Amino acid sequence: MDNLIKGDKHYWEMVIGLEVHAQVKSNSKLFSSSSTKFGSSPNSQVSLVDAAMPGMLPVINKYCVEQAVKTGIGLNAKINNYSVFDRKNYFYADLPQGYQISQYKYPIVGEGKVTIDFKDGTSKDIRIVRLHLEQDAGKSLHDQNPSKTYVDLNRSGVALMEIVSEPDIRTPEEAGMYISKIRSILMYLDTCDGNMQEGSLRADVNISVRKPGEEYGTRCEIKNLNSIKFIKQAINYEAKRQIEILESGGTIEQNTMLFNTATGKTRPMRNKEEAHDYRYFPDPDLLPLKIPEDDIKLIQSSIPELPDDLKNKFIETFKLSNYDASVLTAEKQTSDYFNDAINSDPDLKNFPKIIVNWITSELFSLLNKNNLDLKNSPVSAKNLGQLVKLITSNEISGKIGKDVLEEMFTSRKSAREIVNEKGLKQVTDQGEIEKVIEKVISENSKMVQEYLGGKDKLLGFFVGQAMKETKGKANPKILNDILKSKLIKKN
Amino acid sequence: MISKSIKKTLQSLEQKDISIRELNQEYIKKIKEKSNLNIFIHFEEQKILDQVTELEKDNSNKRLKGIPLAIKDLFCTKNMPTTAASKILENFNPTYESFVTQKLLDDGAIFVGKTNLDEFAMGSATDTSYFGNTINPLSADDTPLAPGGSSGGSAAAVAANLCLGATGTDTGGSIRQPASFCGVVGIKPTYGLCSRWGIAAFASSLDQAGVFTHNVEDASILLESSAGFDKRDSTSANVKIPNYFENLNDDISGKTIGIPKEYSIDGTPEEVSQIWEDAIKVLEKKGVKIKNISLPHTKYALPTYYIIAPAEASSNLARYDGVKYGYRSKEINSLDEMYENTRGQGFGKEVKRRILIGTYVLSAGYYDAYYLKAQKVRKLIANDFNEAFKECDLIVTPTAPSAAFPLHQEQDDPIKMYLNDVFTVPASLAGLPGISIPYGKDKNNLPLGIQILGKHFDEQQVLNGALSLERSNG
Repeated sequence: MDNLIKGDKHYWEMVIGLEVHAQVKSNSKLFSSSSTKFGSSPNSQVSLVDAAMPGMLPVINKYCVEQAVKTGIGLNAKINNYSVFDRKNYFYADLPQGYQISQYKYPIVGEGKVTIDFKDGTSKDIRIVRLHLEQDAGKSLHDQNPSKTYVDLNRSGVALMEIVSEPDIRTPEEAGMYISKIRSILMYLDTCDGNMQEGSLRADVNISVRKPGEEYGTRCEIKNLNSIKFIKQAINYEAKRQIEILESGGTIEQNTMLFNTATGKTRPMRNKEEAHDYRYFPDPDLLPLKIPEDDIKLIQSSIPELPDDLKNKFIETFKLSNYDASVLTAEKQTSDYFNDAINSDPDLKNFPKIIVNWITSELFSLLNKNNLDLKNSPVSAKNLGQLVKLITSNEISGKIGKDVLEEMFTSRKSAREIVNEKGLKQVTDQGEIEKVIEKVISENSKMVQEYLGGKDKLLGFFVGQAMKETKGKANPKILNDILKSKLIKKN
Repeated sequence: MISKSIKKTLQSLEQKDISIRELNQEYIKKIKEKSNLNIFIHFEEQKILDQVTELEKDNSNKRLKGIPLAIKDLFCTKNMPTTAASKILENFNPTYESFVTQKLLDDGAIFVGKTNLDEFAMGSATDTSYFGNTINPLSADDTPLAPGGSSGGSAAAVAANLCLGATGTDTGGSIRQPASFCGVVGIKPTYGLCSRWGIAAFASSLDQAGVFTHNVEDASILLESSAGFDKRDSTSANVKIPNYFENLNDDISGKTIGIPKEYSIDGTPEEVSQIWEDAIKVLEKKGVKIKNISLPHTKYALPTYYIIAPAEASSNLARYDGVKYGYRSKEINSLDEMYENTRGQGFGKEVKRRILIGTYVLSAGYYDAYYLKAQKVRKLIANDFNEAFKECDLIVTPTAPSAAFPLHQEQDDPIKMYLNDVFTVPASLAGLPGISIPYGKDKNNLPLGIQILGKHFDEQQVLNGALSLERSNG
């Protein structure tokens, strides 16, 4: 019942399906040899084919086909030996041909599934209906001139994979986890760069609400969302909107919606009557795509280790929890980083959980604060390993470790360099600590009396003072032990 | 006197009886004299002379060196504008050269100009061109005749001897029918033999380039120069192009020729039936075996064609939207208005008719009944030919149901106009090679044509059959 949301009158369940559009990682476009590089000056990557000049013809880019097959395998999906490119006909200024070459009846990839993992250790399969290849459109630039729209065709013809899920998703969080998982798989496979900000990965969300156990309601489609945050926001807003309508006795119109990222609201773009008739038909310029079984096998053999395999391996090898392992394997760079860190010293094998914590809480929060990504982290995996080694071997305390990590982050020095330079090495010498404690006790005789009089809580005060004296370097356990024994002796 | 033969002209050039410059100057003169026929959309004397000058500097041996050819204005050419006979491309100058015309240029041909056609090749009389009608050179002074279409300008250019050969495209008969109307040879090869790259598309699954010439020998020479595999066209066939000219042989004795009974259509003029019978008799005398065959789905060919071709055209012509190149209406207040006015003003009536038909047959709810069914029938028609060709080597039929008709006669009745393609469309749907050669005359002394169809990629036999018939034609 956790998945239900409360309206004024009833509890409602969301039914969500996603169409993910992932740009294929490829140097050239789906049907032309133009470059796909992002951010080039407008209309500098446009071939005669991309501009739909008279008499120009599409020629399939074999590499993009291989990337789609690879992705299909990564999504545990059926690869179709026979698929067909169709024309989806509609007019728009940034669609030079007047049609998009897509796949309609016969997609290159059929049914598959992906698994999402929850914090509580459970997981859920989201079924994939299909994956098909299609061309991206260009871009209409409406903000360059008060009265004109400019068209940039650099993106025109870039290969996209549209990955369509079954309506198996029930919450905005699941939607977010699903798209993260898709992104993760694509990035492991190196078939999409996963960059949502640049639009390499975006999603259309289909959403309806129903009372639990009832038939699916009428759905609305929210177009073109390019961040997980917006996906969740849009779903939440749209579900509430639909529930309000239904609870006040209205019906849902099957609309295509746009999400305004500034207001967090959805608004209708067109309704069912205004929906395009795309007049799909097989593109007569292209032959059906036939992929021999042997080619599929060859591609299969080149598939790298995928996040789920790696997750299971981590659980098996390091006894990590399902959730920790899934966080660690969500991005290839994270699991690579973890692997590099744990392998940097043989002793670290015994502390996988500590390494995970240092990566996913301490390092990630520093990276977040500085708007950085793990791949440009100033702290290398090897250096992080060294830091954890210093902590686990009691050379420094965990608290000092945090300061050292921050210092590593700004100075890019190694943990040991910083510890040595700043003399942060933990004081474990009994005699030295004893001296400090004696000093603290003698300077705070009044407090000592109070402590001995029964104010046990004051022990913390003495620990603090002693730590201050040692600049935090005293081994806390040793310090505690000595302090307790000294205070008793006084008695 | 200049020979009307590419073969002989090449010999004259080689023997220096005439220079490339003299030859082309002669053709420039002829073209100017016949400007009243409105054969060319683009003709510029200086451009021809520039090409001559370039060739004069070139010492290499080229198989068509100096030969003046006319190019249907559907082929994109770098050196001359390309209009597809449409207002929407009135001022379009391609930056690229079509595969076929590039091959001809590589062989040293000289392009004398771009010829008129039906707008985007949609028509059978070259009367839907934005640039006006072309007049059949065989017309008597008082009754101007249609040259046929859509490649009417190219057929007329050869008929009026304004060039030694011309390129055309054939979607449902657009080479063979005008060849028949103008009394010249026109060959449409197998679908996929000549790359479509750089030819403005009408119906992609049917469009095929071919050539017009004065005789069969020349057709074999030009076809060899035009054909070839092109990886930029996914439907281009990767086959070795035979040496058609070297292999020409008019002795076809022992071969079997199929005569399809479904091509005897009620209402076909007596003289058309007569020349068909004559041709059969002549072939029989030459030791050919005549076999009556059946192509049972022939009667569905026209309706099938007039679903598939407009469906593809409606999509192919969507790119002419005023955004990137070509005509754009001045009256624009919104994007939709730009499309409406640009396309409303830029396209002619027949093109709009076919876009509407094509849009209709692809619409949700009608797709299965029209387009999908037409695709199934198309397979049946292709299969008819496959079956027939198990029993014969070539099929002989009339090319068109009549000789050239007077201009404007059929203009207001599209169905009647579409009937012109009745003998040519089935082979187009099946992707088969076909040739039309002049054979006999009607009662007004206008030429009629015989069509010879062959198996896929069996252009050699088609040419051999045509040569045999041509040589018996006195």
